Amino acid sequence: MKTPNSSFDEQHVLHELKHYLPAQAPLKDFIHHNTLHAFQKMKFHDALRTASKMFGYTVSLTLDEFRYLYATHKIREDILDQVISNRKGAKNLKEWKQITLSKQHENSCDPRIGKLRSVWKEVYHIDMDSLVQPLLFRTLCSYLDQGISIWNFPSKGDLGFLNSLREMEKNTFSSFFKTSRARKLLKEGSCKIEDLLKILVGDETLYEQYLYDQQFAHQGWSGMVSAIEDQPQTLSDQRKIALHDLIFFELLLEIDALDDKFGKIWAPINTKLEKKPADLFTEVPSTELSEVFAIFQEAFEWTYYDEVLAGIKMQPVHKEDKSAKSFQAMFCIDDRECSLRRYIEINDPAAETFGTPGFFSVEFFYQPVDGKFYTKVCPAPLTPKYLIKEVGAHEKRQKDVHFQQHTHSLLRGWLYSQTIGFWSAFKLFTNIFKPTIGPATASSFKHMHKFSQLTIENKNPEDKENNLQIGFTIEEMAQRVEGQLRSIGLIKNYAPIIYVIGHGSSSTNNPYYAAYDCGACSGRPGSVNARVLSFMANHPKVREILKSKGLIIPEETQFLGGLHDTACDEMAFYDEHLLSPKNIELHIRNKVVFAKSLDSVAKERSRRFESIDTHLSAEKIHDKVRERIVSLFEPRPELNHATNALCIVGGRNLSKNLFLDRRAFMNSYDHTTDPEGKLLLGILRPAAPVCGGINLEYFFSRVDNQKLGAGTKLPHNVMGLFGVANGIDGDLRPGLPVQMIEIHDPIRLLVIVEHFPEVVLETLKKSPETYEWFINEWVNLVVVNPESHELFVFREGGFHNYLPLTKKIPAAPDLSSLFETHPENLPVYSI
Amino acid sequence: MNIQTSFLHLFILLPLLGCLITLLVSGKRERAVSRIAFFTTGLQLLSAIAFLVYWLINGHETLNIKDIVLYKTNDYEFYIDLCFDKITAVYLVVGAFLTFLVTAYCRDYLHRESGYKRFFLTVLFFFMGYNITILSGNFETLFIGWEILGISSFLLIGFYRDRYLPVKNAFKVFSIYRIADVGLLLAMWMSHHLFHENITFLKLSNDAMVSQHLETHSLIGIFISLMILVSAAAKSAQLPFSSWLPRAMEGPTPSSAIFYGSLSVHIGVYILLRTFPFWEHQFSVRVLIGILGLSTSIIATLIARVQSSVKSQIAYSSIAQIGLIFIEVACGFENLALIHFAGNAFLRTYQLLVSPSVVSYLIREQFYNFSPRENTIEDSLPKKLENSIYLLSLKEFNLDFLMYKFIWNPMHAVGNKLNFINVKQLLYFFIPAYLIGIFFLYHENSIPPQIHGYFPIVFSLMGLMLVLKSFTERSNVQMAWILIILNHFWIALAVSFNEHFSYNETLFYLSGIVAAGVLGIYCLRKLISRESKVGLNYYYGHSYEHPKLAFIFLLACLGLTGFPITPTFIGEDLIFSHIHEDQFLLALITCLSFITDGLAVIRIYSRVFLGPHVKTYHDTPYKSS
Repeated sequence: MKTPNSSFDEQHVLHELKHYLPAQAPLKDFIHHNTLHAFQKMKFHDALRTASKMFGYTVSLTLDEFRYLYATHKIREDILDQVISNRKGAKNLKEWKQITLSKQHENSCDPRIGKLRSVWKEVYHIDMDSLVQPLLFRTLCSYLDQGISIWNFPSKGDLGFLNSLREMEKNTFSSFFKTSRARKLLKEGSCKIEDLLKILVGDETLYEQYLYDQQFAHQGWSGMVSAIEDQPQTLSDQRKIALHDLIFFELLLEIDALDDKFGKIWAPINTKLEKKPADLFTEVPSTELSEVFAIFQEAFEWTYYDEVLAGIKMQPVHKEDKSAKSFQAMFCIDDRECSLRRYIEINDPAAETFGTPGFFSVEFFYQPVDGKFYTKVCPAPLTPKYLIKEVGAHEKRQKDVHFQQHTHSLLRGWLYSQTIGFWSAFKLFTNIFKPTIGPATASSFKHMHKFSQLTIENKNPEDKENNLQIGFTIEEMAQRVEGQLRSIGLIKNYAPIIYVIGHGSSSTNNPYYAAYDCGACSGRPGSVNARVLSFMANHPKVREILKSKGLIIPEETQFLGGLHDTACDEMAFYDEHLLSPKNIELHIRNKVVFAKSLDSVAKERSRRFESIDTHLSAEKIHDKVRERIVSLFEPRPELNHATNALCIVGGRNLSKNLFLDRRAFMNSYDHTTDPEGKLLLGILRPAAPVCGGINLEYFFSRVDNQKLGAGTKLPHNVMGLFGVANGIDGDLRPGLPVQMIEIHDPIRLLVIVEHFPEVVLETLKKSPETYEWFINEWVNLVVVNPESHELFVFREGGFHNYLPLTKKIPAAPDLSSLFETHPENLPVYSI
Repeated sequence: MNIQTSFLHLFILLPLLGCLITLLVSGKRERAVSRIAFFTTGLQLLSAIAFLVYWLINGHETLNIKDIVLYKTNDYEFYIDLCFDKITAVYLVVGAFLTFLVTAYCRDYLHRESGYKRFFLTVLFFFMGYNITILSGNFETLFIGWEILGISSFLLIGFYRDRYLPVKNAFKVFSIYRIADVGLLLAMWMSHHLFHENITFLKLSNDAMVSQHLETHSLIGIFISLMILVSAAAKSAQLPFSSWLPRAMEGPTPSSAIFYGSLSVHIGVYILLRTFPFWEHQFSVRVLIGILGLSTSIIATLIARVQSSVKSQIAYSSIAQIGLIFIEVACGFENLALIHFAGNAFLRTYQLLVSPSVVSYLIREQFYNFSPRENTIEDSLPKKLENSIYLLSLKEFNLDFLMYKFIWNPMHAVGNKLNFINVKQLLYFFIPAYLIGIFFLYHENSIPPQIHGYFPIVFSLMGLMLVLKSFTERSNVQMAWILIILNHFWIALAVSFNEHFSYNETLFYLSGIVAAGVLGIYCLRKLISRESKVGLNYYYGHSYEHPKLAFIFLLACLGLTGFPITPTFIGEDLIFSHIHEDQFLLALITCLSFITDGLAVIRIYSRVFLGPHVKTYHDTPYKSS
């Protein structure tokens, strides 16, 4: 609230501050997003430079790394020349090449953040963070805890964090504080953040900077509090908290620490300040070095893009394919499905595969049998109005005494340690030498029981639960099925079986399990969605409506839902018993194709896993891959989206004959069915934030794994079931751990769209928030003219013709032997 | 040399051999590194089991092997002594079993972690220290193992040496361990005077002999027992030291699991079991141990109940169980204590290893069985009392704060008072003073006997002052280092006044100091010539660019702290043997000197070479991580 004559507007400052803090939700709802989302209003390179100067982030590979990439030809010279010429003009090429490649640069980073608060240490000789943070983190964690502690935070009800503390402080023999002033200030409850800042900082014009310094000394906790404030439903056991409360309490703890050290006589920080520290927000001018980084970054990106684009340019143009298909299969656009689709098409040339966001256009909440909560299974920004419940199946969940609280009580602990302790020794032994699935495993196949029923069809719109309609009406179903089929261009030539395959991932001992599942399903496996879409598309009444809209699906065609586990490369199918006898036969045949393809995928993936001998047969390697997901000691059950770099929106003809090394998100799209780009908007609108978000989170976690990533996950300690920290007194670590990003090359996503440039431009401009991603260069965009395969790169708001420098794409050698010898990123091959 | 002796040797030599071979392998060869550890610990486990069977069949009597005599004068003998009985057997097998499993676990778990080799090397080093400790047959041998445990703990906790918190906590734990060292040193010193020899644990179990000695010196007996108790309580995280254990959980999860969840933290129990025959008949000591165990287990349980992070919860539950084991030992239930030790070690190791799974497991449980906020037993208390106990438990009963307040802050305060000392004063005051001291030493007869008695005290105080100054020095690294070297010279001088002994002994003592001191100065000078920012005010993290130099400097540090790699180690013990049993003050000051020495040395190493790198051309972590 702005008081008269005050330059400090609390609400405004907090609002802005929240914007800059990490936005990661609790672990169970892990969703990828652009780590530097606060800077998205700026152009990419400007944003990077600014973020680095403000907060001390490393925002690209180091100069040495870039130069090493150049020396080892991972950055091509001709591309570098081209980038320099584009950015600096052809006549400056020589000069800038020298600056880029060999000049010595002073490249240490001296960020603006933390300067004001460093006065505590420099002048007052007091280590404020060490004095304040441990108790602050502990109190926050205990308040927000979701089920680790046995004795919960005593204050009950919806008082909010600060009020709970106040209530406790008023009624205790102990105290949060060591001195009386802070105690009094908390109990009185009449003062505001501003009043506390007056005591500590003194000068109003410094308040804002002080708060940034303070909160960015522990951005993990501040970000978590801010995220929970904005979406309290993300905690199952909800807690009311606000960033304001955290700041208020922290300021009190600081006053307490100073009072304890100096008595009541100490002057606020502004009196000891020789000169005001640089303002956090003034523009950061571009420097020679920042230009060098931008040049290297683009040269690195285009070295890869250029190959890919050259390959795509050479592909045959789209022709209508009228040949009969043995089966069709829809997969998620996820980059991990890239290789599976390739092998299916190789193993059965008559099969056809599609890519589409893995919630398959059906958005709803899901409630499993006995589930006490609803789970959202669609992209995070959507708020569904539907609920689908699982009924029928019952399975006993395995329990594990090691996670139970009795082991921590004194007397039962005494009994347990002398009995179960020896059982633990045995379990440890078997878990190391013969790992098997146990309660510690998070399995994607347990998301939904294979033989349960789902309440998909709604016969009475009044059938509601908590304002959610249970199931979809026929109309609503038809609408979704039609939208789905049209968006991927599957509007005729239907095969007898159309598989709808969601994906999920299983792992053991992995707090990041949710980050491995389907992003389009809010970090859950896509099995329910796959099954729901299949049910809808098989419904006779839905078929009737579709028919009236021109989608004529033959009666013998059946949709079948399934789930692909990307970690162990297993597949499950749902409702197989509903297949017609003829289709059952076909299905049995198709399953062989799937099984063979999955083995090959496992072999392809194994080239990245050092612990697996890649020379073994695909089947043997597959067994070892299966073992990874149940091993306690395997921090990399799979590598998730690492190496992602492309997003191809277009027909399979663009990519079918290219080896893209699991680096591409692929969204099927037939421009001929969508001359005006209406469907395209529906594809690009989610694709930019979802794929771009994944890409940028990997990007930033890779370049600064310490500040923007989570560091190595090996020492992580689970805090309150919602976050991880190092040790017991550390800050929460948002971002991705090093085990997920170590093989990732930090390059921006290249979106490749098959359509006419003018249509694409018009489409993009219809959605300003989508357009922002492209115009500010957070993702790159190239459009392929569907008729000529001419390439157009999007730059400064317009499309420019692009001629790849790569002239020839080598034919793929024997892939399987290539995998045995090459663990690194592979070039584009034609297959 | 019979079969038993060779087996006991094997248990120490195997890990040593593992360490040495690992040193020779390149850090890039992960497979080779982990295989060495795997086979070393595997072989250890197999031979431990084989030996156990053999020992059980052959009448399972207590073995005591007087091994190498390292130093001998007329009235002093420093020798390695090994012992094997039921206690050792249990500790040996449990230790080998867990270390073997955890090395197997870490083969893949640590894949691609920078410091892969460093990790396995430290684990083997720790394992060696553990085995020496549990096989030791006298205090001196025990102390060797003890020192190895301390330093390898420091290295394991600070494994992520580029971050601030691990390094800070490693240092914190090391300093608590140093307190345990004081206890042990003083206990050794007093028992030397009590029994007039470096007594073996086997002799301690000779009831008649012990009670005969204690009859006339019951206070000395109680003093020794108390010192042992201090060591045991510090090592096993009992009150008031408990807060170090959760803070030790900074390394990779498996190393926390095995060392701080199980092996390291039960060493305090071991030393109690080992010395039980000595204090068995001191009823008051037994009551004290029981009370300590009981109060620890109650308070640790309360703290465990409010923990909202997995690892600290397990740490405090483990402490509570160890409190119970203390009670069991005090009551004389040796077998129960051993079973309890093994069970607790297994349980906590496993719980820590699976701790990352707690998210998916408990979230799933919650999803299906959610009931909002269960009432706990505490809710039946009056609200004010409940709030108070909750808050106290949340703040860990202020244990961490108290450590600061009563131990580190006073040390800092004294050190800061000595800020006036700079290089000049060193030259103009301390060096002439030292020379005068030596002059008097040669003309001792001219000193009046009334004053003579004060000389050792004054000189040892001088030494203590220097090392305290070193401990709080903020900028001049070389001076801080030299002050530590000088401290040893003052101690040597002080003790020389106390009792006449051959200069060889002094030489013996100072030789290691000088060698290590020179090596250290060489490293520091080399670093300073290459880097502009070297100091002690922050952590500078120079191991990022100079890992080899960091390793050599670490060796110098070990030498200077009297680690058993130079003769100084025996020298320290010798020095103590020349302090009389009634000179408690001198013993205390000397002891404090040694302790602060170790702290000051490790502080220099940490600040110069560990922590977030001072150069920021690459990604560096937050201070809060």
